[in-house]
Amino acid sequence: MADDLFKALADPTRRTILDELAEQSGQTLFEICSRLSMKHRLGISRQGVSQHLAVLEAAGLVETRREGRCKFHDLNTAPLRQITERWPVPDPSGPEESPS
Amino acid sequence: MRIHLTSVFVDDQAKALRFYTEILGFVKKYDVPVGGTDRWLTVVSPEEPGGTELLLEPAGHPAVKPYRDALAADGIPLAQFAVSDVRAEYERLSGLGVRFTQEPLEMGPVTTAVFDDTCGNLIQIATQPEQ
Repeated sequence: MADDLFKALADPTRRTILDELAEQSGQTLFEICSRLSMKHRLGISRQGVSQHLAVLEAAGLVETRREGRCKFHDLNTAPLRQITERWPVPDPSGPEESPS
Repeated sequence: MRIHLTSVFVDDQAKALRFYTEILGFVKKYDVPVGGTDRWLTVVSPEEPGGTELLLEPAGHPAVKPYRDALAADGIPLAQFAVSDVRAEYERLSGLGVRFTQEPLEMGPVTTAVFDDTCGNLIQIATQPEQ
């Protein structure tokens, strides 16, 4: 499971897909493709995007649901907890600094 | 050569005529019986009565269902219409109960949204970039 997670996160296109799903959950394949090509100028075929989504789904980072006739993709960040459980992030002691 | 007509398959022509005229605001141009219950049924934009016609074509052919099901599953629209303000149109149509599969999305100069025409098709609306 952890290997699937790190493999999924290792690819910049897949991280961009996660960014877009974080901005707007519940996207069709068509919308994800539109965002990648129009917003990010990534020239990836629909089939290529499908394959990236399959890797993200195998890692549990993307979940799909059918609503009516369409299939929608949602972000699931729960698997990322494995990372901080494995390498805990210390709580900030003083007043929280805003991330740069 | 000019594009004067394009078509979408519709499950039910009477229902489609209501949706495309009463909800979307197109106007009927031709309505001619063509055998059985099928009609040659076209609509045009009131902004362009002599412009491109949209044929609301019966979806009886057995290839239509698998074709449209596969495209709908991936959210792929089968036609695109131009509007001056996608967000305003999204609000208007949502208020009339139209279901969107993609909310207005700004991508550089283009804004798009995708809705279900209730007759078997996803339709994209888009702002046209300034000519």
